[in-house]
Amino acid sequence: MTLRPPPTPHGAHPETTTEPLEAHFEHTIEADQRIEPRDWVPEKYRATLIRQIAQHAHSEIIGMQPEGNWITRAPSLRRKAILLAKVQDEAGHGLYLYSAAETLGADRRDLTERLISGKQKYSSIFNYPTLTFADVGVIGWLVDGAAICNQVPLCRCSYGPYARGMIRICKEESFHQRQGYELLMTMMRGTDAQREMVQESTNRWWWPSLMMFGPPDGDSPNTAQSMSWKIKRHTNDELRQRFVDMTVPQAEALGVTLPDPDLRWNAERASYDFGEIDWSEFKEVLRGNGPCNAQRVAHRKRAHDEGAWVREAAAAYARKHREAV
Amino acid sequence: MSEMQPEMEPVKHEWPLYEVFVRSKRGLNHVHVGSLHAADDEMAIRHARDLYTRRNEGVSIWVVKAADITASSPDEKDPFFAPSADKVYRHPTFYDIPDNVPHM
Repeated sequence: MTLRPPPTPHGAHPETTTEPLEAHFEHTIEADQRIEPRDWVPEKYRATLIRQIAQHAHSEIIGMQPEGNWITRAPSLRRKAILLAKVQDEAGHGLYLYSAAETLGADRRDLTERLISGKQKYSSIFNYPTLTFADVGVIGWLVDGAAICNQVPLCRCSYGPYARGMIRICKEESFHQRQGYELLMTMMRGTDAQREMVQESTNRWWWPSLMMFGPPDGDSPNTAQSMSWKIKRHTNDELRQRFVDMTVPQAEALGVTLPDPDLRWNAERASYDFGEIDWSEFKEVLRGNGPCNAQRVAHRKRAHDEGAWVREAAAAYARKHREAV
Repeated sequence: MSEMQPEMEPVKHEWPLYEVFVRSKRGLNHVHVGSLHAADDEMAIRHARDLYTRRNEGVSIWVVKAADITASSPDEKDPFFAPSADKVYRHPTFYDIPDNVPHM
């Protein structure tokens, strides 16, 4: 079969010189053309993309858990149907991304193994718990809003299959964000207790949402290379600022206060200034010490292990039918 | 990946990779949209429906085992497609027709 990359990169072959291949690769990137699965690419480009796409896929898969937690307790059939559709989308996004990672030579089963053994990471945001139903709305508004900010530029990523996956995902994320915001508007029109619930949830999710853009530019060693390869189009801080500027008017329209006393309009920069992020919290959560790290991975592992007999039965059924033909 | 593996039974519970093609509406070609794993062809079609057509994206789906696809090699890109580049007379713009000749 010929749609996948060869297992041995050309560059690793001792008799092949990679110089013309590298020049062709650089030229393709320079011309803003897309790299496609069977093109020669530098090993580091391949490894960077596999790592990024895998982490992204894992985030979608783990991201089903915080909201899935509320499916059985959604307050109406309408909200339950919406939440089910949204969580199903997250699964779909994970699968588009695993599919893109496989075009680079990654193996699906290996990626799952790396997630449940903790060798590969996922977004730290999903290690926070969903304590109230308002969290479902705030996740749609802030967490998916931040994800959209991050993902829209990835639709122009130099790697074709990733960019195409992101286009599909961004279209669907728009539903995610809007259903969340609508949910919150509904609660804000409700009782004082419901309004308090929205504010309390916003207080908990605001700072972790800002951390979703990753460490500050000065502390993000891979950014320069990823930008020169056009995997990334903007720095972490640029995207974070864009998110803050987009979100402040949304918070005002909703009637909630973002929990940052330093948040104010800066006319000179035509942007909002905001307070210092607690990066020690970010690092702790990344290190595995967030409120739900162990629970999230254990749940994923349990689902995988308990599904083993289904995968085996389906494979046995398929084999039996092949043999019967 | 699969193209490089010798002909043999897949590992016990390894589901093969399928490529998915969707016709978004009547009158258009099927277009490649991605891939998925499934135990057999029928499951691949069902998974493709659930994964790639959750929002009316398609009226028809093809799935094909990735291992069964033959593609041109990118390494021979230039020589392989060269014959189409040097036949300019295949394009209508190759021929000069006076402006006063209608409908041409």
